[in-house]
Amino acid sequence: MSKYTEDDLREELKTKEYEYGFYTDIESDKFPNGVNEDIVRAISKKKNEPEWMTEWRLEAFRVWEKMEEPEWANVHYKKPNFQDISYYSAPKKKPKLNSLDEVDPEMLATFEKLGISLLEQKRLANVAIDIVMDSVSVATTFKETLAEKGIIFMPISEAIQEHPELVRKYIGSVVPTTDNFYAALNSAVFSDGSFCYIPKGVRCPMELSTYFRINESGTGQFERTLVVADKGSYVSYLEGCTAPQRDENQLHAAVVELIALDDAEIKYSTVQNWFPGDAEGKGGVFNFVTKRGLCETNAKISWTQVETGSAVTWKYPSCILKGNNSVGEFYSIAVTNNFQQADTGTKMIHLGKNTKSTIISKGISAGKSQNSYRGLVQIGSRAENARNFSQCDSLLMGNECGAHTFPYIETKNKSAQIEHEATTSKIGEDQLFYCNQRGIDTEKAIALIVNGFSKEVLNKLPMEFAVEAQKLLEISLEGSVG
Amino acid sequence: MELKDKLISSYVAFENGVDINSDIHEIRSKALQNFEDLGFPTKKLEAWKYTSLNAVLKEDYSIFPKAETAIELADVKKYFIHDIDTYKIVFIDGKYSSFLSETTHDNMDICLLSSALTKPKYKAVIENYFNKIAKQDNLTSLNTAFANEGAYIYIPKNVEVEKPIQIINFTTGAENATMLQPRNLIVAERNSHVQIIERHQSLTDNAALTNSVTEIFVDTHANVDYYKIQNDNINASLVDNTFVEQQKEGICSVHTFSFGGNITRNNLNFYQKGEHIDSILKGITIIEGKQHVDHHTLVHHIEPNCESHQDYKGIYSDRSTGVFNGKVIVEKEAQKTNAYQQNNNVLISDKATINAKPQLEIFADDVKCSHGCTIGQLDDQALFYMQQRGIPKKEANALLMYAFANTVLESVKIPEVKKRITNIIADKLGVDIGFDL
Repeated sequence: MSKYTEDDLREELKTKEYEYGFYTDIESDKFPNGVNEDIVRAISKKKNEPEWMTEWRLEAFRVWEKMEEPEWANVHYKKPNFQDISYYSAPKKKPKLNSLDEVDPEMLATFEKLGISLLEQKRLANVAIDIVMDSVSVATTFKETLAEKGIIFMPISEAIQEHPELVRKYIGSVVPTTDNFYAALNSAVFSDGSFCYIPKGVRCPMELSTYFRINESGTGQFERTLVVADKGSYVSYLEGCTAPQRDENQLHAAVVELIALDDAEIKYSTVQNWFPGDAEGKGGVFNFVTKRGLCETNAKISWTQVETGSAVTWKYPSCILKGNNSVGEFYSIAVTNNFQQADTGTKMIHLGKNTKSTIISKGISAGKSQNSYRGLVQIGSRAENARNFSQCDSLLMGNECGAHTFPYIETKNKSAQIEHEATTSKIGEDQLFYCNQRGIDTEKAIALIVNGFSKEVLNKLPMEFAVEAQKLLEISLEGSVG
Repeated sequence: MELKDKLISSYVAFENGVDINSDIHEIRSKALQNFEDLGFPTKKLEAWKYTSLNAVLKEDYSIFPKAETAIELADVKKYFIHDIDTYKIVFIDGKYSSFLSETTHDNMDICLLSSALTKPKYKAVIENYFNKIAKQDNLTSLNTAFANEGAYIYIPKNVEVEKPIQIINFTTGAENATMLQPRNLIVAERNSHVQIIERHQSLTDNAALTNSVTEIFVDTHANVDYYKIQNDNINASLVDNTFVEQQKEGICSVHTFSFGGNITRNNLNFYQKGEHIDSILKGITIIEGKQHVDHHTLVHHIEPNCESHQDYKGIYSDRSTGVFNGKVIVEKEAQKTNAYQQNNNVLISDKATINAKPQLEIFADDVKCSHGCTIGQLDDQALFYMQQRGIPKKEANALLMYAFANTVLESVKIPEVKKRITNIIADKLGVDIGFDL
């Protein structure tokens, strides 16, 4: 048996092609490139939106025009030309579907390749999927089952029509249109996304899940997700992404807002595997996402993310712990390879009394990639007995990559208890030797170690997703994860 | 007039007093230009996010104190470490005080930068070292522009300085607010050893602002042990910029004790230019009232097999604010680096604030880097235990705090400094107990 070393692994990582890079030919209905007030109006009109929504978008657009692209993140890239992007692209054939049999077979084939057969999922996995393909939802399953419980789970464009009072009340309440450059842009031009409402005291019986895909060449994806968990309810929401191989950089600026009212709990899991660019660092998706959740009294929000894709990631899922006794959690694995750059982390804003937050971040960098953790833990002056624990571990593979930690800790209350620790290490030769001695070959040993390194986060994923997360780690660090 | 304009326009007056045809003056003029472009730091700069100098800069500072003010030794004796024999370089309002000082040229140079800058004898050293590692940022540039006076310490090969050196800057400023810009240059050649104690002390109720720059060069196998005692009065603000360059197997430790002053900002930068270097950065901060202490540290690991140890403890009461921003950079070549950073804070008031940002930037894979940062309270149970055994609450509290800060004190190598710091801590905590019982 030939010896498999870390160098071999690195070599393999370099040459491993993006497996999910394919391109489905579906005719789409596309707007001319560029953005201005007319485009914003046109998007709104296309969606048949009420007047307040159009105004809301225009307001966001006006704010965005005055804003500058942020430069503080530890990432370097050629800035996208925002006037060179088409802000709307919808698959032309958009039949109202009654059953899955009516779904475009070509599209079904696409999902087949992704390993999510809708039929199979419907039958076996008990997962309702709101499929988003290039900004417009195409099929929704399990809707009836959810409707029985009073759960609303639909594309946000439909929700604006059917439940305007709910959308109007909560949209922009956690991530205001003025929040940041990308959030403002998203607010102005978002084409679709998901809306979810769990009524009082209802425990959502299944994992809700959405699939995002960027399909049409040169279109930006501006998703808007809004999840509202009413008092005492519970929901687990999954979001997974893959994108076809593209040469030019694609922009993705999504906004996700979570609202957990009193005693509610939201678990939001993401597996992100967008095209990271090839081994030369050419192409790849720019992922500039604003995700934030608001916790009322006794509420809990938990973010879990597995980030393996994208050329540039700029993402900080955050929790505002407004209510007393609320809990925020953040579990993350970020893997970067080749020329990928990730600047990701979280913000935990403690405002209420007895609030708790946990941050576990695992960064794995290989190739020539740069992986940064950037986090903020803020304890307000009235947040008595706030508690935070943060742990950021980095694993480096090769000496051409970098791992960075930028934790900000701001405390204004004496009763706060905060712990932060960070370590950086590589796979130790002694660890490998120990495994080799016991008959475990080097490849398996590396798999074992990486798996162990990420375990705390992988364990937090729902079963249905854990399998997929494993799969994605396999692609990113082929041969190292078993 | 804004302080910036005042400083720039007073440069002409400053030129009257120095040799404007020297190479040094070229460096000064360039630095002034740099400061003119950059201006004073504002909160918009990431490095000054948590510290605002605005209030301090509003004062109408006199930049060149008029006459030399005499002060009696008896009045200021308490600011010295006086129970041991030391070399002393003392400045009063930026002017050298020969009466209070004790310098030497015997086998080493412990003297003044002003003479080192002008006398041909020192030319080689100045050319090699002066302004070589000081950053080009705003306040360091400002200091460089007006660099003329400060301590000059040159320890030749294989010399072990037999007693510590004290550098003390007094501000008298009886009539006006005073701004001082001392500039120190310390060169420890191969295999030498030196201990230095630095203090800035204002003797007036008027505002004082000190913008100090110190460059320290630690050659192969040399050992520099530096102590900064910051226990100034409440109207005095300090920006201390210290730059250390180490060559292989050199050891340098800097202990910063921040107990006083209005705004204190410490920029401590270490550059490791050889293998097997050890850098030690430690600090204790105990502040109250509206005091503000900001520690910015940087350790730049450039070569392999080096170590760095950072340990900063802070205790904040009343409305005081503390900042710790520690940055460790490990370059691609710096394999087998062992970098450790620890920052622990205790808030003892609801109005006190601590902002911590321990940063790691790592480009090498075979390294051991870790940092820990905590914010918390003293252990109630330990407090109760001691009270049960007859130790009053105040004393019990003080003992716990002393124990908390003790990891920093442990590595202080001059017993008298340790004793002094212990006394200051006892005083700060309002107790009358000797901790080293």
